[in-house]
Amino acid sequence: MSEVSTPGATATPAASAALRAVPRSGWHVATVAAARRETPNASRLELEVDGWPGNAAGQHLDVRLTAPDGYTATRSYSIASSGPGTRVTLAVDKLPDGEVSPYLVDEVRAGDMLEVHGPLGAFFVWAPVAETGDARPVQLIAGGSGVVPLFAMAQAHGDADDPVPFRLLYSARTPDDVYFAGELQRLVGASAPFRLDLVYTRRAPEGWRAPAARITRETLEAAVFPAAEQPRVYVCGSTGFVERVADWLVELGHDPRSIRTERYGGT
Amino acid sequence: MQHVDGNALAGPFADFFSFDVTTATARCNGCGSVGELARAMVYRSGAGTVVRCSTCDHVLATLVETGDRAWISLSGVSAIEVRRG
Ligand SMILES: Cc1cc2nc3c(=O)[nH]c(=O)nc-3n(C[C@H](O)[C@H](O)[C@H](O)COP(=O)(O)OP(=O)(O)OC[C@H]3O[C@@H](n4cnc5c(N)ncnc54)[C@H](O)[C@@H]3O)c2cc1C
Ligand SMILES: [Zn+2]
Repeated sequence: MSEVSTPGATATPAASAALRAVPRSGWHVATVAAARRETPNASRLELEVDGWPGNAAGQHLDVRLTAPDGYTATRSYSIASSGPGTRVTLAVDKLPDGEVSPYLVDEVRAGDMLEVHGPLGAFFVWAPVAETGDARPVQLIAGGSGVVPLFAMAQAHGDADDPVPFRLLYSARTPDDVYFAGELQRLVGASAPFRLDLVYTRRAPEGWRAPAARITRETLEAAVFPAAEQPRVYVCGSTGFVERVADWLVELGHDPRSIRTERYGGT
Repeated sequence: MQHVDGNALAGPFADFFSFDVTTATARCNGCGSVGELARAMVYRSGAGTVVRCSTCDHVLATLVETGDRAWISLSGVSAIEVRRG
């Protein structure tokens, strides 16, 4: 595995060792090993990637599609899996008028090949306290498909049996739109400390404690680690969602330097 | 047009730099603020990629790609700091 030559905004030797272990990126040919519905509007793709060096939790890759006439379209997708190995999981939400996502959600079949570039990004990543030395609690905040990299972090936290307290605040349209629903429930019951707070924006399950509504500053404040506990916060989702949440977090006293964001585009 | 975060620069800039640009810190020519490129605002379109300072909106960098060539300008950045392992 080759080393990335740089990253690391933090000075502890353990942290820079962990970041050096983030593999170098390159273009790879991926074969779709499995494609199935994740939700009524999204698909989960399992890719077998030739030469994939493994990836850290939270990284993304770029998918490049090439038409017969040579026209190409490239889009970024977060990786729902992490660790060594050549198997990579993606989850893609379909934008009805989109160029790339309807193809990935509705057309791609097992055996199809895709060009992927990655693993990418050493900023929006998480590693266990044993590697980073950072024991602050971790607050994850997801809107829709923005849960993908945060699920990778939660899963890595569970797999490592990491003692750092984790919370995921996850906004989904309806109960049917929750990605990784089974896996998230298992993480709630696992020994690594993990709390899941679901917010439904269009339709809540029968007897749910709150009517369907978007996250507000108040519901955000009630669900997340208070600023006084100095959590590290990862926010991911559509650009509009991330902007609203990040602004509120700062208003609630969270240190902007402790907030990392991944905007997906859209409003 | 809605922007994304500087995280999205990791792929397109990999052709130019041998390190992950997103964790490098850059100083903005417009306002002098220093921050990780991952925190910059990135506007992508068919025409290319424009990177703007999240503090003052100044254009930090532009990237234009065609089939077999790519051009990069970093004219809005006065310094980049890279941590070496
Ligand atoms: C770092 C990164 C990671 C990402 N990870 C994922 C992921 O794991 N899963 C996933 O489903 N998507 C992810 N995205 C979004 C993805 O890259 C594409 O933008 C998305 O799939 C739309 O592409 P498209 O070609 O279908 O639509 P386009 O043809 O690009 O756009 C169609 C229309 O939808 C609007 N639009 C574009 N993006 C969005 C959006 N995210 N939400 C709402 N409207 C939008 C456009 O303005 C346009 O009007 C990620 C984006 C980034 C930057
Ligand atoms: Zn500036």
